[in-house]
Amino acid sequence: MEENKETYWSENLRLIFICLTIWFIVSFGLGLLLVEPLNEIRLGGYKLGFWFAQQGSIYCFLGLIFWYGAKMNKLDKKYHSED
Amino acid sequence: MEELKLYTYIAVFGTFALYFAIAWWARAGSTSDFYVAGGGITPLQNGMAIGADWMSAASFISMAGMISFMGYGGSVFLMGWTGGYVLLALLLAPYMRKHGKFTVPEFIFDRYYSKTARVVAVACLIIASLTYIIGQMKGVGVAFSRFLEIDYDNGLYIGMFVVWVYAVLGGMKGITYTQIAQYVVMIFAYTIPAVFISLQLTGNPIPQLGLGSTLADGSGMYLLDKLDLVVTDLGFKEYTTANLGSTVNMFAYTISLMIGTAGLPHVIMRFFTVPSVQAARASAGYALVCIALLYTVAPAVGAMARLNLMNTIEPTAGQNLEYAERPQWFKDWEKTGLLKYEDKNGDGKIQYTANNTDKIIIDEQTGKEILINEMVKVDRDIMVLANPAIANLPNWVIALVAAGGLAAALSTAAGLLLAISSSISHDLMKGILTPDMSEKNELLSSRVVMTIAIIVSGYLGLNPPGFAAGTVALAFGLAASSIFPALMMGIFCKKMSGPAAVAGMCSGIGITMLYVFQHKGIMFIPGTSFLGGMEPDWFFGISPNAFGAVGALVNFGVAFAVLQVTGPAPKHIQEMVENMRIPSGTVSAAHDH
Repeated sequence: MEENKETYWSENLRLIFICLTIWFIVSFGLGLLLVEPLNEIRLGGYKLGFWFAQQGSIYCFLGLIFWYGAKMNKLDKKYHSED
Repeated sequence: MEELKLYTYIAVFGTFALYFAIAWWARAGSTSDFYVAGGGITPLQNGMAIGADWMSAASFISMAGMISFMGYGGSVFLMGWTGGYVLLALLLAPYMRKHGKFTVPEFIFDRYYSKTARVVAVACLIIASLTYIIGQMKGVGVAFSRFLEIDYDNGLYIGMFVVWVYAVLGGMKGITYTQIAQYVVMIFAYTIPAVFISLQLTGNPIPQLGLGSTLADGSGMYLLDKLDLVVTDLGFKEYTTANLGSTVNMFAYTISLMIGTAGLPHVIMRFFTVPSVQAARASAGYALVCIALLYTVAPAVGAMARLNLMNTIEPTAGQNLEYAERPQWFKDWEKTGLLKYEDKNGDGKIQYTANNTDKIIIDEQTGKEILINEMVKVDRDIMVLANPAIANLPNWVIALVAAGGLAAALSTAAGLLLAISSSISHDLMKGILTPDMSEKNELLSSRVVMTIAIIVSGYLGLNPPGFAAGTVALAFGLAASSIFPALMMGIFCKKMSGPAAVAGMCSGIGITMLYVFQHKGIMFIPGTSFLGGMEPDWFFGISPNAFGAVGALVNFGVAFAVLQVTGPAPKHIQEMVENMRIPSGTVSAAHDH
């Protein structure tokens, strides 16, 4: 049981790390730090960097929260099937 | 004008009647109903309620206006106020729900086994929430006075009364159900005009796509390219690349807003109302869906409003609008003083440029005079409210926007009032001063506290202190530099001890407040900066609004340093934290509290 707790937590931490990495890249990375080179690329009328800053990052945030939620539900089932 | 007034009355009073009816139907019977709605709200309902709670007058009225004039720089608000929900869903909400208490200070008290920590948390919460409410009350007063054509004071009294009835009666349960209705009103009021305008300008009814489409005027030009061209011609910064200060500043600003969002107690409280840990994670997702619906439309509203404004003033290149022929909305907003024109060169036409000098200069090469700005004042806050009129939309759309703006301001005010009343009656009175208070008395005292809080915030709304404008940023800075780090360390670092957390919170808040006061004066009284006139934004070009990020770093740093000196938290606390990290088990849930 104690061991279960530890692996559950470390798998959770790994998921959080992956999600926060993507979270950082889409907002601070693509929307802010790399905005100038990305603006050379167009997405319809949008400059790509501008699009990430005002649209894309928000869609990615949404995807991340639901993906994390789904993964954690699976993890909860795997480790705590008694619920 | 008469028709518009009639529609506005119908929209505003119709929605209010709805809110009252819901509050009566869902009135609270127990403390659990009052604070956490009995713990039985579904994730989707909770998501909508969080959306209404979160999206204040600032989101509804001000944000698109700010984006409109800041262009790319306005992205900090879009990313900052949505990205915080990722942090909430991943780092805070599930664990705080698992622990299962009513309020944020109560969580801090349990985790840091210290009354000092609880009092510090209550103080942060009250400062942040009260300053936020002043802004909402002001929004209510302005919206009523503009649309019902009554004076500001009476508008504010009506607003206070409405909030009082449904917040005091209903508690969290009433507020949650009312907020669901308010969310629906708000989102329709925001998106319908945007759809119309997007259709007019680009032929595409979806604003998010319209913003990236070509114009419908037959030029084949992309909307954003056209906007860039128009604004740079007049000397403004290019819309799609205009920076807000520097990249470092934008970076810090975005982080501050993100962790401020995750640390604002009235939002975190919401996650105590759902039935399980899984539902807490899902709630954050649904909340962001509800919020993203407005936040992804906002950039389109901002850009399109700016383009329409420019086109109104200069319908064809070189041909400016005659002041005598200005449209009705122009005259209406001139009356409020939020829009001002001065005919500086005496030609009777309106010029809107970035050149704010008063002297007429002749360009030596072309022999023509350089245009100077004659739109002396264009308040950002009028953009969303004036937008439907600028685009010549029907009157019922304008009436709907009025109802939406009021819904936004009232729902946020109610959520904040609940956060204040619960922290005073539950944390300060029951938790520390009179622990043997009965549930019935606690319920009564939270209603009394809420009434007092409404009167105080109403008073501050009537006599806005000089700092009203600067305080929203301070609220985020405070939450970012104090509450968020304390909560996060409490969950992810089980050794973190009480004294270390208190030291971290105090130094984080302290340094943030010092930086803000140094720039804006002590308690925002100009000329009281204690270090004399230093360079503005002297710390790596970071503006005071963005300083919460630095404050949070200081908080983490100090807490870990003190932890090294004072030693780790006791064993039973570490066990409690471990228990918090797993979704099942026997930590008391909110409803059997």
